[in-house]
Amino acid sequence: MIRVWAIIERDLRRYLRSPALVTMSVVMPLIQLVILGYAFGGKVRNVQLGVVDGDHGVEAAQLKEMFQAVAAGPRTFVAVPYAGEAEALRDLRDGRISAVLHIPPEFSRSVLAGAGPRVALIEDNIDQFSSATVQASLQAIVAAFNRERQPERGARLSGDVTLSVVELYPYVPYMQFLLPGMITLSIFTSAMIGGGIIYIDDKSRGLHEGYLVTPITKFELILGFNLSGVAKAVVSGTLILLIGLVVSGVPDPFNLLRLGRMFVLILVTAMALISLMFLLVVRMNDPLLPRMLFGVLNILLFYPSGALYPTNSFPPWMQVITVLNPFTYAVDGFKSLLLKNTGFAAVGMDILFLLGFAGIAMAAATKLFRRTL
Amino acid sequence: MFDILVENLTKRFGDFCAVDHISFTVGHGEIFGLLGPNGAGKSTLIRMMTTLIPPTDGTVRINGCDVVRDPDGVRRAIGVIPQALTSDLDLTAVENMRIFAKLYGITGAAARPVIDGLLEAVDLVPWRDKPLKIFSGGMRRRLEIARGLVHAPKIFFLDEPTTGLDPVSRTAVWEMLAKLRKERDLTILMTTHYMDEADKLCDRIAIVDHGKLVALDSPLKLKASVPGRNVIEVSFAAPPPGWSGVLQQLPEVAKVESVDHVYRIGSHNGPATTLAMMEAARDANTAILSLSVQSTTLDDVFVHFTGHQLRDALQAPTHERMVRPGR
Ligand SMILES: Nc1ncnc2c1ncn2[C@@H]1O[C@H](COP(=O)(O)OP(=O)(O)O)[C@@H](O)[C@H]1O
Ligand SMILES: [Mg+2]
Repeated sequence: MIRVWAIIERDLRRYLRSPALVTMSVVMPLIQLVILGYAFGGKVRNVQLGVVDGDHGVEAAQLKEMFQAVAAGPRTFVAVPYAGEAEALRDLRDGRISAVLHIPPEFSRSVLAGAGPRVALIEDNIDQFSSATVQASLQAIVAAFNRERQPERGARLSGDVTLSVVELYPYVPYMQFLLPGMITLSIFTSAMIGGGIIYIDDKSRGLHEGYLVTPITKFELILGFNLSGVAKAVVSGTLILLIGLVVSGVPDPFNLLRLGRMFVLILVTAMALISLMFLLVVRMNDPLLPRMLFGVLNILLFYPSGALYPTNSFPPWMQVITVLNPFTYAVDGFKSLLLKNTGFAAVGMDILFLLGFAGIAMAAATKLFRRTL
Repeated sequence: MFDILVENLTKRFGDFCAVDHISFTVGHGEIFGLLGPNGAGKSTLIRMMTTLIPPTDGTVRINGCDVVRDPDGVRRAIGVIPQALTSDLDLTAVENMRIFAKLYGITGAAARPVIDGLLEAVDLVPWRDKPLKIFSGGMRRRLEIARGLVHAPKIFFLDEPTTGLDPVSRTAVWEMLAKLRKERDLTILMTTHYMDEADKLCDRIAIVDHGKLVALDSPLKLKASVPGRNVIEVSFAAPPPGWSGVLQQLPEVAKVESVDHVYRIGSHNGPATTLAMMEAARDANTAILSLSVQSTTLDDVFVHFTGHQLRDALQAPTHERMVRPGR
């Protein structure tokens, strides 16, 4: 028995003497608790709803007024007026808005005539949490509209306005919905291991000394470290993409044009995440630090990115992370290209942000980098 | 012109002075040794000379180039083997060499004969395409020596090149360095905490302790500077009071030091002094517990100049080992 104690004592003494380990074992679950606690199940808010009014009659105006009540109250969606349907649909496809409500011409007349007009809701159904919420909210509004017009009648009658829902994309299985997040996560993991952990390990093992005594310039060193990191991250991102396409059953998986676009976005994402990593570790010496950082960043970047749950359900402080987080833009871009089959126009903002992020992080890291030990 | 000129070189880490106003010069073709225990400041010195860390004070000129003002000039002239083994275990010998050749802008056809020649010089030709993970420590060290010479540097720095190697590998490394120096017209500066290594290999030795240069000369002259040609180490069971004085009066004695009951006697004639001492001990009725008579070694030189033994100093703790090995 005394021998068992020897093992236990040794382990516990070492544990208590490494404050970093003790701290991390407390801090990590706390971060996880807070982030995960707010990352799921929040109320969806501020979904951008394009409204095309083809009627301009009194009845249509009344219906639209009821939207304002939602915008002021539960703020489930924000109504954005559009002049024409074509323009609204283009923005819907490019992801600038999440749904379009089309009030048809002759709407007011049909209402007055009791002809039972239909209002069309065209939804971006990739994110099922948001689309279901908006749909339910609009159903309620239409029902209220009908009640107001014929308050004495309880049951639904043939003269009522109905909401007909059109889903923009074929049904997306949850596995496909997860794929963009997983591709980003694989790039992140590779950046963290290949760019962060190996960098510090090499540094502490004295490998960098070997570089620093040669006439290599600071710029060449930084470029070398980061390009190799990007290459490794691109390889893992591409592999997960190819495997994921097959496993999750994305239709027409090896469409070359889409693969090419995805590759560009993988490359840009890798650049952003490698630069972030390099900035974080550029002044570190302790090999334990990037390992702890890995755990924290993983939670801090992945969940607020919207890879699993719509970002507009997060509390404001978490939305700050969302907005600054390169993960968010990568996931958004991958969703567009992969699940909505869009072109580059739809992901222009994402690519621009990722490039800008990479540029700023790299500039800061270069400034902090020292070409000495 | 000296190949290496070090003047008042100083490095402080906060309040701690790791290298304290050290000056020396190294001429062309010399093998120059920095001898000192762990924590003496040897690696810090080499790192300043090889542009890895900026000096707090003083100047270093390597091949005429100042390390602060013209670091790239210095870097082109030097080859450096850091204390830690830094070759890549997953890569083969040739791959390791090729990568370093590229760092100096030597590629393809130009690199091939250079690499082949160096692998031959360090006896690793049969292993050229084998991954380093199957190499012994000595083979790895030899490969790193070859790697440090790909760009035909004039001046070669090695930080504890044989630490951790078995005796046979150490001898092999010594022979290799002596041969390379001759064949390639190298100036070599190396650090070591092995006295036999410094003695055998170096033309001149600088003894460093606590960041200070305590002695500098050829091994022969250093040994000659210790009083006496022999050192007698003897311990007595119960030395009578004033025993040191008695020993001092023995024939040919140059110097007597004592710690507890152990005495170190420097003598110009070891056997004569020993015989006289044994008689004196018998007369004083004190038993001799142990006795050794040796020629003066660099260890005695170290004791003479620093007041403590190198092997004790080697066991002193050094901080920050974990985080930045190779110091
Ligand atoms: N970056 C550093 N920060 C603080 N102290 C250091 C640093 N580098 C070395 N030292 C200290 O300077 C002293 C000399 O170290 P070093 O030059 O590595 O000795 P040696 O190579 O002779 O064993 C040691 O006490 C070491 O702990
Ligand atoms: Mg050292």
